[in-house]
Amino acid sequence: MPTELIPIEATDHPAEPAEVLDNAFAGAGVLTERRVRQDLRRQIASLEKRLGELFASAFPRKQIEWNVAAVGGPRVLDTADLERVRDGLAVRLREAQAELGRRGEIEEANRGLLESMIVAPERHRWLRISAEDVGEPPCHHWHSRPRWGLLGMLMGWWRVKLSSGCPLAEGPRPPEQEA
Amino acid sequence: MSDEAIPEAGWVSPELREELSGLALRYLVIERGSGRSPRHVKERLAQMSNRFSGPQAINLRHQPIPWAYRVFYRHIGLDPDEQRTPVEAIALERMRRGGFVSQNRLDDALTIAIIESGVALRAFDADRAEGRLGIRETEAGEGLEGRPGELPARTLVIADEVRPLALLFGPIGAGRGVSPRTKRTILAAIQVKGVPDIAVEEAIWLAAHVLRS
Repeated sequence: MPTELIPIEATDHPAEPAEVLDNAFAGAGVLTERRVRQDLRRQIASLEKRLGELFASAFPRKQIEWNVAAVGGPRVLDTADLERVRDGLAVRLREAQAELGRRGEIEEANRGLLESMIVAPERHRWLRISAEDVGEPPCHHWHSRPRWGLLGMLMGWWRVKLSSGCPLAEGPRPPEQEA
Repeated sequence: MSDEAIPEAGWVSPELREELSGLALRYLVIERGSGRSPRHVKERLAQMSNRFSGPQAINLRHQPIPWAYRVFYRHIGLDPDEQRTPVEAIALERMRRGGFVSQNRLDDALTIAIIESGVALRAFDADRAEGRLGIRETEAGEGLEGRPGELPARTLVIADEVRPLALLFGPIGAGRGVSPRTKRTILAAIQVKGVPDIAVEEAIWLAAHVLRS
């Protein structure tokens, strides 16, 4: 046991223990909040990246919803708003993945149908499959038609015709050069 | 001013520096305004129109710099599919109009620099800005010239030492942008996390070079 006590230096304004603790907790709370926000921002960045990849891989499919509503800005978002953005992105990503998966199955089935139509057009008379149906850029289609019209129909001469594709580009021209 | 002038670093308020790390403003003052675009600038836009088509526009989101701006938009409460990032807005306009259409020397300079670098650029009238430029949050009661009412407190703005000049990625205050009477132009680049310094400098130099040519 020590026989001598170490003298403690007295201060003019000794801090109240409760006040010191409050300040320490408040500081720690601010830091924790900031870390939470930074973490949410990282999650948003990751979700945005995956959504961007999905967007590019989904092209040229249309009518898929990609927008995630804004929470209003430009401003520094608090934790609740960041959570809202993160959740909105996660929902949108999940919905877009599900929609692409659903369309993928239909397109796969259509590709199978197209193959069997090309092999045996007489078994798929008048069937028309567009490029969009198989997940390709639009403007052309495959059509099972009789060769030589009525005669082909009577004789059972069927074939698959591929349409000629997209029309030439129209609309406003690129800026003309000055002479 | 020589072509090799170094862009100046703008200030960013301490709260924003802590909260949105990587956010920065770099700017350069050019001793001229806008005006008609010379022929070689129009030719350059036409060449860029041929190089930049649908696939590039679709794949913009894959590229690191455009993606960084999309992410930052989300971080500050904007929807980049509604309020487009600068590079996506120009790319969309290219698709709609069939080419990069020449407008004037300044707009053409910004188009070329933004498409080539992906960096967000703004332009201000240097004689209508007081002191150094930076990024901060608005205080209660502050507004943007030409816009009715006050801005919501803590809105992110590009400001000089006296007043807000523009919303960050939004409209510019009336009379603070470049007009036909402008003699000196500030080219400002908004840098966000994920955008390298070299890209920011290249963007400002590209725009400055076209503006001076």
